Amino acid sequence: MSFDSNVPPGPLAEKWTRYRGTMNLVAPNNKRRIEIIVVGTGLAGASAAATLGELGYNVKCFTFHDSPRRAHSIAAQGGINAAKNYANDGDSVYRLFYDTIKGGDYRSRESNVHRLAEVSRNIIDQAVAQGVPFARDYGGLLDNRSFGGVQVSRTFYARGQTGQQLLLGAYQALSRQIAEGNVQMYNRHEMLDLVLAGGKARGIIVRNLLTGELERHAAHCVVLATGGYGNVFYLSTNAMNCNVTASWRATRRGAYMANPCFTQIHPTCIPQSGDYQSKLTLMSESLRNDGRVWVPKKQDDAKAIREGKKTANDIAEADRDYFLERRYPAFGNLVPRDVASRAAKVACDEGLGVAPTGLAVFLDFEDAIMRYGRSKAHSTGMHNPSDAEVRKLGEKVVEEKYGNLFEMYEKITGEDPYKLPMKIYPAVHYTMGGLWVDYNLETNIPGLFALGECNFSDHGANRLGASALMQGLADGYFVLPYTIGQFLSNEIRTPKFDPNAKEFMDAEKDTRERLERMMNVKGNQSVESFHRRLGKIMWDYCGMSRNADGLKKARKMIQELREEFYRDVFVPGSINDYNPELEKAQRVADFFELGELMVVDALNRNESCGGHFREEYQTEEGEALRDDENYAYVAAWEYKGWEEDPVLHKEELVFENVELKTRSYK
Amino acid sequence: MKLTLKIWRQKSPKDKGRFETYQVEANPHMSFLEMLDVLNEELIARKEEPVTFEHDCREGICGTCGLVINGQPHGPNQGTATCQLHMRFYKDGDIIVIEPYRASAFPVLKDLAVDRSAFDRIIQAGGFISVNTGAPQDGNAIPIEKDQAAKSFDAAACIGCGACVAACPNASAMLFVSAKVSHLALLPQGKVEAKRRAQAMVKQMDAEGFGMCSNITACEAECPKEISVTNIARLNREYLSSSIGTETKV
Repeated sequence: MSFDSNVPPGPLAEKWTRYRGTMNLVAPNNKRRIEIIVVGTGLAGASAAATLGELGYNVKCFTFHDSPRRAHSIAAQGGINAAKNYANDGDSVYRLFYDTIKGGDYRSRESNVHRLAEVSRNIIDQAVAQGVPFARDYGGLLDNRSFGGVQVSRTFYARGQTGQQLLLGAYQALSRQIAEGNVQMYNRHEMLDLVLAGGKARGIIVRNLLTGELERHAAHCVVLATGGYGNVFYLSTNAMNCNVTASWRATRRGAYMANPCFTQIHPTCIPQSGDYQSKLTLMSESLRNDGRVWVPKKQDDAKAIREGKKTANDIAEADRDYFLERRYPAFGNLVPRDVASRAAKVACDEGLGVAPTGLAVFLDFEDAIMRYGRSKAHSTGMHNPSDAEVRKLGEKVVEEKYGNLFEMYEKITGEDPYKLPMKIYPAVHYTMGGLWVDYNLETNIPGLFALGECNFSDHGANRLGASALMQGLADGYFVLPYTIGQFLSNEIRTPKFDPNAKEFMDAEKDTRERLERMMNVKGNQSVESFHRRLGKIMWDYCGMSRNADGLKKARKMIQELREEFYRDVFVPGSINDYNPELEKAQRVADFFELGELMVVDALNRNESCGGHFREEYQTEEGEALRDDENYAYVAAWEYKGWEEDPVLHKEELVFENVELKTRSYK
Repeated sequence: MKLTLKIWRQKSPKDKGRFETYQVEANPHMSFLEMLDVLNEELIARKEEPVTFEHDCREGICGTCGLVINGQPHGPNQGTATCQLHMRFYKDGDIIVIEPYRASAFPVLKDLAVDRSAFDRIIQAGGFISVNTGAPQDGNAIPIEKDQAAKSFDAAACIGCGACVAACPNASAMLFVSAKVSHLALLPQGKVEAKRRAQAMVKQMDAEGFGMCSNITACEAECPKEISVTNIARLNREYLSSSIGTETKV
């Protein structure tokens, strides 16, 4: 199989323009005869399906949701980056490119990231034209705000619901193509296998989730836009149904899975409250602009808080450790996500956690409330206001800035964050790893493309805030619709594929047998209980920090758990029915295999970078220690099944335009 | 806390369906859906079929969940989706009745899950701005007054959950349709085809079998995103003026 990044020649800033101007095209009369399968309807999938439909291709689009509008992109809060430089603060395509490469700890491909920064500007124009109601200033122009890890204001936003509004824009564009007959939409259909014919991706096997029927769908090529795999950890900020099955099935058919161990743990999430907990909720990164993170200095105080004998307000100022400000004076509470998360873990490991579970730190707005209050009192001409008056004014300002987030926190925890500091803890949020793709977003299987979070390409070992939306839409609107022509221009003489061909029948048979195997175990433990146990192994040994011994142990534990699953799982109902438990079962089965590969990848990478922190590789001060000499490569894994070790293929990363430096936030 | 649940069970769209009674032990920190997870785990342990209900993001934005709880879509709290409701609002010994949405345009699929694809078809009829991917004008080329943009956003916040239909005695979809019509008509980009859009969406809404609006405003009261009924007034205005003002009827 080919394993060439296919990066076009020429200077970095001209690669995409030159390549686009010279790449092969498919004539309109031929487009009408070509069929494309798109799986997933989040930002990447919906934008790709809509655009390919507009271009005149015959698109078949699949989602397991009841409507394309439900995809998890909808939950993104903060915003979308674009190098527009509307703020006139020195932003440029190069700066966005540089910030992204650096933020990713130098583990992403220069050419792909530069292209992302280039097309970021088109995304905003396109979204505005579609009617996305971005925030505006009093002059009626688009408003921007800042996000972590950068020094400019380049984040466009629509209140705290930017993902929702961008997804509705893409969904509406897709709906228009569905109405025009260019896209055939299959809701409630889940992809369960990839079909290869003659070494190329030519179709998929899907299960109709309402009837349980398996269907074979053929096309000239297949595009996966199926999101990330954070739910391998069971608890994450991902939606309940997010899963790895589509990309894992592709991996099992020969696609390489790249850097699977690169996981983003977001520092500000609402902590777990009990064993019944099903998911975790993110509190926007923007809160760290005004919130101060701390734990008690004394273990006794922390213990008293955990037991409910004291509250945060009982701890004197001198007995508090504002550990981010102490450890990182230059960036303070605004260090990047990976750094903030690890610091919180260290504090809790030292017995200073403040929730009954021992796993939470405070995010305190007291200072911000009083500071804003005093400023407001001053500007309104109040002299010698009392503390209570200042607090009242300050609370009002904080409410204007973060009201919806405070309300969300209160709804979930029942605690009033104006009176008591929030309790937060890191949680799995995003996966930088994914299917390996070349410059065309094509995997090593010809005719199989991967977009958005399900590919590995742009974020290296750590993603910056507000960049996930940018990448999803860049891939779907402005990259794939061009690059897919490179493959399809050679397929114009290929006739339509017969979904009754042997390859399709075989793949359907495989899928049916896989499902029957799970149904027929008829054991005693629920799918949920296995998922929970897998998640705990992943979190304990392959989470915020990892070490070789733990990873070796984890691999064995995952294998044993997988065997137990196929021996003792109980899946109620039948295959030929609407059966959510069966859907979960086959997703969890794939998580076992992916989880093991993540552990193997983490064990192989003998360095710390971005979200991947190996305890053996740190500086004396406990910071990540990269090894550029030996690990400046993409680890692309070829899966070999349960009995054999996966095979590592290395794509060496070449940095011609940036100098590799140690990230420092001190 | 010990709770008694009376849950609608229905094997398939053709099955008649009935209420079944279950006991469940919950704690006040759980979300409502986590309480149902606990029930389902118990049913599975007894080798019974779990209750089918739809859910995904569990933070009130995807619009997938939507249960009628003691007669109210999304339960008792204002501006809250089912997944954001927590058990601390209930007390030991409570009896909770849980049903699917009841509307002929939203047929029950199984237990508490309903088919809301009618909403997709209404959007397909005209709930968009006709612009292809390409190179439109710069994002700042059309200034939009801040308050106007905010009003448009308020309407665009709809999550398409269908609670408005479930709340309405007529099972009308006017709040949903009007939210989309308002979102787009309030923006200069969407103004161009506003008339055609209002006509096309209303026509599809009628074809799907939703009822008429008789200004009861239960939709607004139950909407988890608190979408205002003033949008319905705007839709009526757009629709009326379009039936006078457009030459080609949709």
